[in-house]
Amino acid sequence: MRHNPRIPSGAVETMWDRCRFEMKLVNPANKRKYSVIVVGSGLAGGAGAATMGELGYNVKCFCYQDSARRAHSIAAQGGINAAKNYQNDGDSVWRLFYDTVKGGDFRAREANVYRLAQLSLNIIDQCVAQGVPFAREYGGMLANRSFGGAQVSRTFYARGQTGQQLLLGAYQALMRQVDAGRVKMFPRAEMLDLIVIDGKARGIVTRDMVSGRIESHLADAVVLGTGGYGNVFYLSTNAKGCNATAIWRAYKRGADFANPCFTQIHPTCIPVSGEYQSKLTLMSESLRNDGRIWVPVAKGDKRPASQIPEQERDYFLERRYPSFGNLAPRDVSSRAAKMVCDEGRGVGHTGLGVYLDFADAFQRLGRATMDERYGNLFEMYEQITGEDPHSVPMRIFPASHYTMGGLWVDYRLMSTIPGLFVIGEANFSDHGANRLGASALMQGLADGYFIIPYTLGDYLASNKFEKVSTDHPACKEAEDNVNGITRRLLGVNGRHTVDHFHRELGKIMWEYCGMARNAAGLQKALARIPELRDEFWRDVRVLGENEELNQSLEKAGRVADFLELGELLCLDALERDESCGGHFREEHQTADGEAIRNDERFCHVTAWEHRGPGVKPVQHREPLEFHYVLPSVRSYK
Amino acid sequence: MRIVLHIWRQKNGRSSGKMVRYELPDINSHMSFLEMLDVLNERLIEKGEDPVAFDHDCREGICGMCGFVINGTAHGPVRGTTVCQLHMRHFQDGEELYLEPWRAKAFPVIKDLMVDRGAFDRIIAAGGYVSVSTGSAPDGNAIPIPKDNAELSMDAAACIACGACVAACPNASAALFTAAKISHLALLPQGEPERHQRSLRMVAQANTEGFGACSNVGECEAVCPKKITLENIARMFRDYIGASWTRRPAGASRG
Ligand SMILES: Cc1cc2nc3c(=O)[nH]c(=O)nc-3n(C[C@H](O)[C@H](O)[C@H](O)COP(=O)(O)OP(=O)(O)OC[C@H]3O[C@@H](n4cnc5c(N)ncnc54)[C@H](O)[C@@H]3O)c2cc1C
Ligand code: FES
Repeated sequence: MRHNPRIPSGAVETMWDRCRFEMKLVNPANKRKYSVIVVGSGLAGGAGAATMGELGYNVKCFCYQDSARRAHSIAAQGGINAAKNYQNDGDSVWRLFYDTVKGGDFRAREANVYRLAQLSLNIIDQCVAQGVPFAREYGGMLANRSFGGAQVSRTFYARGQTGQQLLLGAYQALMRQVDAGRVKMFPRAEMLDLIVIDGKARGIVTRDMVSGRIESHLADAVVLGTGGYGNVFYLSTNAKGCNATAIWRAYKRGADFANPCFTQIHPTCIPVSGEYQSKLTLMSESLRNDGRIWVPVAKGDKRPASQIPEQERDYFLERRYPSFGNLAPRDVSSRAAKMVCDEGRGVGHTGLGVYLDFADAFQRLGRATMDERYGNLFEMYEQITGEDPHSVPMRIFPASHYTMGGLWVDYRLMSTIPGLFVIGEANFSDHGANRLGASALMQGLADGYFIIPYTLGDYLASNKFEKVSTDHPACKEAEDNVNGITRRLLGVNGRHTVDHFHRELGKIMWEYCGMARNAAGLQKALARIPELRDEFWRDVRVLGENEELNQSLEKAGRVADFLELGELLCLDALERDESCGGHFREEHQTADGEAIRNDERFCHVTAWEHRGPGVKPVQHREPLEFHYVLPSVRSYK
Repeated sequence: MRIVLHIWRQKNGRSSGKMVRYELPDINSHMSFLEMLDVLNERLIEKGEDPVAFDHDCREGICGMCGFVINGTAHGPVRGTTVCQLHMRHFQDGEELYLEPWRAKAFPVIKDLMVDRGAFDRIIAAGGYVSVSTGSAPDGNAIPIPKDNAELSMDAAACIACGACVAACPNASAALFTAAKISHLALLPQGEPERHQRSLRMVAQANTEGFGACSNVGECEAVCPKKITLENIARMFRDYIGASWTRRPAGASRG
């Protein structure tokens, strides 16, 4: 069976223990005889590479930045969830499990989510031991805050720089292994193809981004922790370099792509200010703990916020979702903001924005407390917009932020290519159709520190590996493939820059496959994207050569892949004829605009199998079963 | 607004470079500095000229990837701000700006405004961590940490390793960077066991990399986008001297 999820038998609480017990172990003395490639040094890849180094494997770790410490995980602001129940507010592993399954709108595997909730406890302990300076109470105990989609306070944080501090913890653990000689780090190296030998993933082809050298690296297994594909929308909260190239090229080698249409639009980002805009900046969701979201009651009310009296303001989240209020989940909040802007009540010069107002909180808590909580976010907002959120409310608007979809993996995080494991945001596994805030960091670290080191060991112990060298025809073939793409890109010498095409793709994706989607729009996108792709290959201009540092060439390869992935995303969105989580099909909504799921037809994971260029990919389904958290209408009212 | 740029152009680490003048007549004051360079690059490509290479990634002031010198100041004129967070509203119409890469022996230029900061990784590898393997951690609340210590530690841990401190220092010293990591860990109970060894090894590694010595000029603090303070350097030296007295210096040569 191509998509056997390999879920352990028994009660959900015991599955991971049983799985660990049943897995084969590699004798400690033999570990150094095995080699592992880890692509990515973010929370997932960095944690995985460090831990496998500690265990004694020979690890090679790759990233495209100049240092492992700069992976995009660094930008996460708000926090990381864990079911510690330190606040004694009724939290438990079970509740985190429940919230995550429900938050994902019943499109994730229960078994995976339960394991994630269990491991959340170990993550915090591990990070504290590494010296992550989490926020503390006066008594010296760890502090918590709440995040969207939960009614307990279970989010751990380090000011507005939680991702940075967690990543530095993983990075330092990784550098300790570099020091010990067990991990070799390859910065400024981009993976451009996967090497598959006798049906097993055995290596990667990389380009040295300084010299342009194309090289094959071989190992006994390959792990991808290369992050999400949110930049398919061009404007997103992701770093400029975030890309889908590693997972896309693995897809073309046989790793099926699951649920590409499950993308997350984050409700609180700084609105677009002009055509030159190169990226969007997130304002952490944690701000919604103390900020209130509103727009004027009247359409086209252009008065400054301070002149709009209380009774002429519509606190639309508090009004529509009284029990969660400003902390309603991301998909729900984003759509609500879109709806009021569509009605002509948006704020700012573009009309695409809503207020996030801290006036009440400043009064209640005082400026010092507020600055301690959010100081760096206020500063960042002021740097970008030139407005001071201490005196005027912030303006925010939804933006592409996270991708729940990714390469299909089984319970052990292995893709449809044996020996290719996928961790972190790059896989599709735990968040279903919508991710709750502060859960991506948790998943990345669970995958990296606590899952992959075991499951990869089992794979190594259960298989025999022929000795292979880089003379193998499969390496040559993959290198030729990479060189061919490069030659083509450099050979077009057309009229438009790579960014031009990326921006165009982004507009199509945002318009037809963004916060709300419908069949007619998706069909338009599906007609338009292949045309744009043809234009790209006919008319793109990439100057210079391969044998030098060439940032246009790097971008061109990534955009070429986005131009293909965008099409699969729209196809998946068209086929999933229901609304669930971040995937909102306008055809399926209640009279007041709430999503309508269709469990009868769509209670499954869609996994797409690549069948060659120009051929429609094959659609597979992995049915989802719910034994513990029974599907219900997801209400935050 | 009109902006005139003089940018250091250097093809690669082996060639020599020179300043080249570019003029941008129509810059929007809401753009970020890097967005202005994006506009320049789009135009250069359209004219068939090699675009300007500069490092960047998050564009949120947190990854530490970006950084160059603007009119003699690392990261430009606004304090506590990386170039990616710097906006054109801080400049005047018609202003002439000189952009150069970080200049330090330990940071060789790769191309144009990009340098190799691999030396920073090697300093961290020389002990900038707590030696705790996955799986062996006690409960997160087992050791209470006074809030003030956690906050001070966080102040130091906020370093983004951009390299501005080195670029601003007349000695090209990496003292602020090294001290930030030493302080971050020294202020926490988890960092205590390896405190001495860590300071000896990291300082030795910085010397090996060719960074200069600290002579208390303070330029580093002035340009640091994360406002890391000189106090950390004092703490590093205290640890280093203490370690040199109480430990055999053998540890230092391991770097
Ligand atoms: C602005 C922002 C704020 C966020 N805030 C939160 C939050 O508060 N809480 C939360 O839980 N989540 C948050 N998230 C989500 C979370 O940060 C990410 O999902 C998570 O960090 C992803 O980690 P990762 O290890 O999977 O990938 P990344 O950290 O993106 O790492 C990817 C790695 O892969 C490497 N790579 C990629 N492609 C290639 C290639 N082709 N070749 C070689 N190397 C490659 C990169 O160099 C990098 O090292 C936030 C996300 C954003 C964008
Ligand atoms: S680009 Fe990340 S700090 Fe400037």
